[in-house]
Amino acid sequence: MSLDEFQNAPIDEARRQLEICNACRYCEGYCAVFPAMTRQKQFASGDITQLATLCHNCRGCYYACQYTAPHEFDLNLPQALAEVRAESWQALAWPIGFARLFQRSGLAVALAFVVGFALLFWLARALPNGGGEGFYAQLSHNALMAIFLPAFLLPLVAIIVALRRYWALVGGGPIRARHLLSALHDAARMRNLDGGQGQGCNFEVEDRFSGARRSAHQLVMWGFLLCFAATSVATLMHYMMGWHAPYALLTPPKILGVPGGIMLVVGTIWLARLKRRADPELSAKSVASGEMGFVALLFLTGASGLALYAARNTGAMPLLLALHLGAVFSFFLLMPYSKMIHGFVRLAALARDAQDRS
Amino acid sequence: MTLDATEWDVIVVGGGNAALCAAIEAAETGVSVLMLEGAPKPYRGGNSRHTRNFRCMHSGPLSVLTDSYGIDEYYDDLLLVTKGRTDEGLARLAIATSEDCLPWMEAHGVRFQPSLSGTLSLSRTNAFFLGGGKALVNAYYNCATDLGVTVAYEAQVRHVEISGNRFESVEVEIGGETLRIRGRAAVLASGGFQSDIDWLARAWGEAARNFLIRGTPYNRGVVLKDMLDQGAESVGDPTQCHAVAIDGRAPKFDGGIVTRLDCVPFSVVVNKNGERFYDEGEDVWPKRYAIWGRLVAAQPDQVGYSLIDAKSRDLFMPSVFPPIEAGSIGDLADKMGLPRAEVEATVAAFNAACRPGDFHPTELDGLATDGLEPAKTNWARPLDTPPYYGYSLRPGVTFTYLGLKVDDTARVTGSGGLYDNVWAAGEIMAGSILGQGYLAGFGMTIGTVFGRIAGREAAAHVA
Ligand SMILES: Cc1cc2nc3c(=O)[nH]c(=O)nc-3n(C[C@H](O)[C@H](O)[C@H](O)COP(=O)(O)OP(=O)(O)OC[C@H]3O[C@@H](n4cnc5c(N)ncnc54)[C@H](O)[C@@H]3O)c2cc1C
Ligand code: SF4
Ligand code: SF4
Repeated sequence: MSLDEFQNAPIDEARRQLEICNACRYCEGYCAVFPAMTRQKQFASGDITQLATLCHNCRGCYYACQYTAPHEFDLNLPQALAEVRAESWQALAWPIGFARLFQRSGLAVALAFVVGFALLFWLARALPNGGGEGFYAQLSHNALMAIFLPAFLLPLVAIIVALRRYWALVGGGPIRARHLLSALHDAARMRNLDGGQGQGCNFEVEDRFSGARRSAHQLVMWGFLLCFAATSVATLMHYMMGWHAPYALLTPPKILGVPGGIMLVVGTIWLARLKRRADPELSAKSVASGEMGFVALLFLTGASGLALYAARNTGAMPLLLALHLGAVFSFFLLMPYSKMIHGFVRLAALARDAQDRS
Repeated sequence: MTLDATEWDVIVVGGGNAALCAAIEAAETGVSVLMLEGAPKPYRGGNSRHTRNFRCMHSGPLSVLTDSYGIDEYYDDLLLVTKGRTDEGLARLAIATSEDCLPWMEAHGVRFQPSLSGTLSLSRTNAFFLGGGKALVNAYYNCATDLGVTVAYEAQVRHVEISGNRFESVEVEIGGETLRIRGRAAVLASGGFQSDIDWLARAWGEAARNFLIRGTPYNRGVVLKDMLDQGAESVGDPTQCHAVAIDGRAPKFDGGIVTRLDCVPFSVVVNKNGERFYDEGEDVWPKRYAIWGRLVAAQPDQVGYSLIDAKSRDLFMPSVFPPIEAGSIGDLADKMGLPRAEVEATVAAFNAACRPGDFHPTELDGLATDGLEPAKTNWARPLDTPPYYGYSLRPGVTFTYLGLKVDDTARVTGSGGLYDNVWAAGEIMAGSILGQGYLAGFGMTIGTVFGRIAGREAAAHVA
């Protein structure tokens, strides 16, 4: 992608603000954005995208800024960087138009996908199931795999394309293990959401600090990873050990999946509430729906999974199974276009930052 | 609640660092405290919201401060800049107390960070606020609110009513309405008068109308003047203000730190007639920052122009406004509205006076001009590598020196001796300690030390 494609209004506005910050630097201790910024004097589009991607919208630098409106410098760095992020994720995604659709009307798209696919799975029960039992009385495992493998692989390809585009845009060099390790370490702790000294962020309580968003976000991330691990383990058990679902509580898929599902559900509800309390003027308003849509998608995935487990021996099982499959399927399919992409790109940005520092 | 319905124990006038420290100390003793901040909420915190650090004595590593910084060294640093115009007793009190202030600040919500990139030279003496002065101000407002302090914004105090030696009430304008609010003690912490341009012009001369004010437009000295008119004793030179050279394109008020320009030592500075007027390379910039405010103030129209070439572009902190750029010195002069021929001649003469030698941007390198008047005694390299860049310079006022005279309990002195129940803290009394010059980070030290003392003393008086 040529850099010119990134010559857009959000980039210009972010550059204007970053040049003010670079002459000030008071916020240096809040997050990785400022030290990365001070390593430069002039900001190319790729540099700005990299800085924007490092930002977690903690808002510390907004409430600490002596130049916010009504001051004529009109600083609002959290929002300026959020707009750049929104633009760049849309431009990195492939195909492009779809990401835009999701960001503008995410909640509607997410619900439409989940309901639509749930319906399809419900109808697919009519297909011959080869005499499976339990869940597979509803839909044979092979049929499931035939549907899910492409739904998993295609988005994966799209994400790899996006990451390669990102890496080229920010001028990344060859990646070393230590860059990745550093990135994973920062991401696992969400270091950049702790306000620099563990006091947390200013997300939902204005100029007071709170660790709520970081905790909620941790719940979602680790909950999601546990659920993902549960699914992966189950797939391995199915094929390598011939051990088929449904699984009892004390089996690896459930030991991972049940707590994971609970964390995902609690975390997403918490995040959604925090988002509703936060000042919308400090984030990218155009993508608010996309963000809520993504949270809703995660919630539906976790909640339907838990419900399915709870009601596995009742008459509601077929319906819940269709719903859960619909949610998981939609989640994977929408990965490159929903906010899920931020997890990947952010990791890349952290790796790039580690590279830059070394 | 209507603010004038009750008699408050302590009324604090102002809403910056000194006022907040006083309000917090007083409220912690359990007395009722009303804080009257003249600015609207988004601009609360006066000049304190523009600060980045405070200067702190310490006998060993303390929080983010390295090594040690003892009372005598600190005091000597102060004497050096004030040329002796300082009250030794109050100065030593401020310095000695600063060491306790740091943990107190942390306990009341202030966070510190290692000294900012580009300011390593201050890592031993000055503790930097995480997020800067506005973050500090926010933390204190939250702390004060939690302690039950009542804060009124857009509350402009017009008059402090004193009968005999006793403070009775303040007259304050809030939302177009004038209230008379009674109190049992007052802490005055409403800053200097630098934002009253008429006053500045009367004190300094008409030239002051062209000065820019680096901080809040709300420090207009209304309370200071009111007190002086009622016979309060003053300290500090009434005609002087602390001014530094800043980017001439800065806003009239509140431009803050980002308008600073550090390019002078690497440049040729001319006035609007295209003539040089002072040794740009006299000393390292932090030591010459302040005198350039005066130098530029003495030039026609109170403006200077700092010219560099491509070699020096990356030697100083970026400024908030991009420089004017041109391919030749003549074109640069045109673009900056300077007389082309004069500037070309000045630069040609300067270039001809430059001598070969080693250039060291971070130390006095002795690379001086030869036979030039005025000489440039360090970092003198010819302007010969395009593109050329130019910045305009104007005096930016930080604060004024005139203040109220206080004793070591921060109590204000009137014509008949100390007032019974009036204290002052911060810029409004800093003239007692800083008679002239300025020591980076000392303004917040004075505000914190005397704000805390004033708050405690006022509360003890009403208890
Ligand atoms: C750009 C800049 C950077 C600086 N950096 C530093 C630094 O890094 N370290 C340092 O130590 N010092 C620094 N200083 C100096 C420092 O800002 C002052 O010494 C310090 O803030 C003074 O605190 P204060 O509380 O006395 O005054 P202020 O913080 O200015 O507060 C005065 C308050 O009084 C209010 N007020 C004024 N008139 C009235 C009225 N009539 N009624 C009601 N309220 C009124 C104002 O609105 C304001 O809230 C800097 C100054 C500037 C301009
Ligand atoms: S956000 Fe404001 S206070 Fe923070 S570095 Fe930027 S300009 Fe300075
Ligand atoms: S919002 Fe937070 S993470 Fe983003 S730049 Fe500001 S301080 Fe850093």
